[in-house]
Amino acid sequence: MFKDIEHLIRLATVMAIAVVAFLVLRAGVVPRSFGQYGHYRGAAMGEIAARPIAFAGHDLCETCHSDVADQKRQGKHVVVACEACHGALAKHADDPASLTPAKLDTTVLCARCHEANSAKPKWFPQVVTADHSGGIACDTCHQPHRPKIETKPETESKAEGKK
Amino acid sequence: MEVTRRHLLLLLPAAAAAWKFVLAGTPEASPNYKLAEHWWEMLIDIPKCIGCGSCVRACAQENDVPEGYYRTWIERYHVADYQIERPEVESPDGGKQGFPPDESSGKNFFVPKLCNHCADSPCTQVCPVGATFISPDGVVLVDKSYCLGCRYCVQACPYGCRFINPKTHTAEKCTLCYHRITKGLTTACCEVCPTGARQLADLKNPKDPIHEFLRTHSVQVLKPHMATGAKVFYDGMDGSVR
Repeated sequence: MFKDIEHLIRLATVMAIAVVAFLVLRAGVVPRSFGQYGHYRGAAMGEIAARPIAFAGHDLCETCHSDVADQKRQGKHVVVACEACHGALAKHADDPASLTPAKLDTTVLCARCHEANSAKPKWFPQVVTADHSGGIACDTCHQPHRPKIETKPETESKAEGKK
Repeated sequence: MEVTRRHLLLLLPAAAAAWKFVLAGTPEASPNYKLAEHWWEMLIDIPKCIGCGSCVRACAQENDVPEGYYRTWIERYHVADYQIERPEVESPDGGKQGFPPDESSGKNFFVPKLCNHCADSPCTQVCPVGATFISPDGVVLVDKSYCLGCRYCVQACPYGCRFINPKTHTAEKCTLCYHRITKGLTTACCEVCPTGARQLADLKNPKDPIHEFLRTHSVQVLKPHMATGAKVFYDGMDGSVR
């Protein structure tokens, strides 16, 4: 039919090999989960989700420290999560012996939220710490878990404050 | 051992079975988490933000954010009278250590910022290799192992929420604590926010209080004219916020 048809067959063979090579390479290079949900690697979500957590969450804290949770419930700091002040403690929650939470310096800690600043909302309790306490640690008078100073049981609140 | 044709033929089915596991990749970290049942967003209540910086510190700790880079940060706005078009904005160390007192006249307030996890996000559209994407549950993520570090997405984000990690040289951003929310926890920033100014919300959860909140409040998103489908809703936001 054609003259010198073997030229065309040779060309077709080369092209077929190229196509097969491309398909094999592509299958090897493109990850299996690519395109599972869209134009990205679906397995990436699982990898990102596999990261260990640093903050345990207050629900977990309260399973052991229910006494502190009860104290907090009596005051305005009920809305403040444990790790907002105590820092990330998922390691402590996993194995309480492995990590003891550090003692906190209330002069720094309380001021972070309660130091007066004109940009803070008016409803939020603020003090100029220099005038209010003159550098004395806040927990000398206030019990951080239930900060309102009750007039009557002063000895009790002091004892709690030392805890 | 000499591998005969018989041995090879016997080995083939076993090899095929093993290859299936190889191809399957890393197993899901949270087997009970259903991608299709969530659509995450965040609500920020500006009148509740006290600028304490807890969220910025918590984010850095939870996600190993390098020093000097921020996945979330707080801005302090100072708007002098009649200067709504020209607010003064500052964010010393991202607000990580709080803000120094400022008793100047005018209006002052804090605005926490983070990735808006846009439903039509410009950053994912410009990625040339498919390394950044919107997950089926509405979180904009970066695939570290695929990212080339070309910075297209850093430029494309209208909110300045992305940066190149100086160690890995790949794009990095807020993951909405994807490793936490897929385990049923809230994000680190929402966990530690002492006033509840930040709330993680799931728009596909009919029991989420967000629905009631959105019905009864006037909320805004940042740069709505950019039509990014931003999913961080701001309540009580001043018109000067950019």
